[in-house]
Amino acid sequence: MTEQVEHASMKSGGMPVPPGPLVEFWRQYRQNPGAVIGLGIFILVVIIALLADVLAPFAPNDQFRDALLKPPVWQDGADPRFLLGTDAVGRDMLSRLIHGSRYSLFIGCIVVGLSLFMGIAIGLVAGYLRGTVDTLIMRLMDILLAFPSLLLALVLVAILGPSLTNAMIAIAIVQQPHYVRLTRAAVIGEMSKDYVTASRVAGAGPLRLMALTVLPNCLAPLNVQATLSFSTAILDAAALGFLGMGAQPPTPEWGTMLAEAREFILRAWWVVTMPGLAILVTVLAINLMGDGLRDALDPKLKRS
Amino acid sequence: MLRFLLSRLLLVLPTFFGITVLAFLFIRMLPGDPVLLMAGERSLSPERHAELLERFGFDKPLWQQYAIYIHGLLQGDLGISINTKRPVLSEFLTLFPATVELSLCAILFAMVLGVPAGMLAAVKRGTVLDHGVMGVALVGYSMPIFWWGLLLIILFSGVLQWTPVSGRVSLVYFFPSVTGFMLIDSLISGQKGAFASTVSHLVLPTIVLGTIPLAVIARQTRSAMLEVLGEDYIRAARAKGLSVVRVVGLHAFRNALIPVITTIGLQVGTLLAGAILTETIFSWPGIGKWMVDSIFRRDYPAVQGGLLLIAVVIMIVNLIVDLLYGLINPRIRHTS
Repeated sequence: MTEQVEHASMKSGGMPVPPGPLVEFWRQYRQNPGAVIGLGIFILVVIIALLADVLAPFAPNDQFRDALLKPPVWQDGADPRFLLGTDAVGRDMLSRLIHGSRYSLFIGCIVVGLSLFMGIAIGLVAGYLRGTVDTLIMRLMDILLAFPSLLLALVLVAILGPSLTNAMIAIAIVQQPHYVRLTRAAVIGEMSKDYVTASRVAGAGPLRLMALTVLPNCLAPLNVQATLSFSTAILDAAALGFLGMGAQPPTPEWGTMLAEAREFILRAWWVVTMPGLAILVTVLAINLMGDGLRDALDPKLKRS
Repeated sequence: MLRFLLSRLLLVLPTFFGITVLAFLFIRMLPGDPVLLMAGERSLSPERHAELLERFGFDKPLWQQYAIYIHGLLQGDLGISINTKRPVLSEFLTLFPATVELSLCAILFAMVLGVPAGMLAAVKRGTVLDHGVMGVALVGYSMPIFWWGLLLIILFSGVLQWTPVSGRVSLVYFFPSVTGFMLIDSLISGQKGAFASTVSHLVLPTIVLGTIPLAVIARQTRSAMLEVLGEDYIRAARAKGLSVVRVVGLHAFRNALIPVITTIGLQVGTLLAGAILTETIFSWPGIGKWMVDSIFRRDYPAVQGGLLLIAVVIMIVNLIVDLLYGLINPRIRHTS
């Protein structure tokens, strides 16, 4: 129980939360069985990613030329060494899937981190300064939001050159307008409150006001958005990998694995099914957590 | 109403301007010499290189280039596709109906299943049915649709052999493009089996593209219905002894409709982004596949034009939804 409570506190933004509200939060969160299952699966994926080298029976790029496109063990003609079969060049599917979890979590963390950082900084400036700067920034965000996110990411990668790093940068750029909007709205709401005026009268400079006085009170709505965009980031990166614009072969990234498997779709169902299932389960777990977080943090917010 | 319309149009103009700037800068942001990029593998003599630089106006200052670009845009000139040597705009217009047809079918599929499912979940709140519907919706929402498409191909085209794998219609049939919508054209042509062939090609892409909107619409309908079902007038209607069907179907559903319509309008972006993946998987000859192919072929005028046109389409649809919303709900019209 205590261990789980610690996890719950991490989810609410990594801020030090006094035990009272934390227990309160966990009680709320626990109400939603789906959210608890999601959290469980997510922890499992994190453990798999951390222990990938220990858990995976083979290295992700080890090729076994004597075992090409072997089916999973429960099918006829399987090789007992390869639990989930092998791909077209004889690499163990299970090992590649296990190592792929590292990429997905890494992508999620980097993209959310980048877009959160950019979004908070820009949104804070817009909401604090208002006026022309605010209008300019918000118009720019409107323009970015006018494009379908995947298309914009695709074009950005075309400019930067296809690679996992550039895919992550592109997705972060595409996602940050959401954070800018949320942060700006929260900052504007806080700026008119008495404690901000008090701090200003006490002589706090703009930087101190922005970063230390206002910002900590604007973080609540960002939690849920961060969770949701974690799953969007994994999905978009996999889609870019699938289109050949993300991680490049032989990286065991799940989307890239799917792209490589496409031509064997009617001959070897497992090379197509497994990576997608891994993406779906991970994203589903994170979305379940996001729903639970939303309900627990603010029961008034609707599910959309 | 006219004032409302004009104010919305004025709001859209700066966004349109920004979109043109972004599309304009796109080619100039590419690393390297634009002419060499377009030339690709071919080698160019220095004279030819200078001539091309001048022809495309890359030797002029940036603001002049932009002015030329805008001037061309206003006359419908979006450049020439390197791959087909045809104007980008006519290229886009040829392929656009295929995407529209697929998107319309997908959103229809999503609405027809999503709205009743959401209503049912709201009325049966807390039951197994509610949890089941919402569970399925969450799975749909989390679905990597490119994988979902491949799965459906394995099952329906591979194992069951019910549907074809790619394209819009079987090659056996040929009929002139009248409306650009295959469903209508194949009916008009009167050829036996052409319509059935079109439908069988359309089924899987429709399901794949409609999955995420379906999930979003089901969730949104449920929450809108739940909100409305708690209102006093619903209790009053029930107290009057009206049947459940009447209370839910008429009193509640009508009032829950506004957020649902908004949600449906907001799916346009999702549909066009989804079209990129869906069309690639099913070799559907629409603008999504065209964009991906153009990016891979380094056909930058096509990418630039496509980017601009897609953004404009989304902008226009959002504007229409906005205006419709004002039409349905007078309060919005008057406060703005």
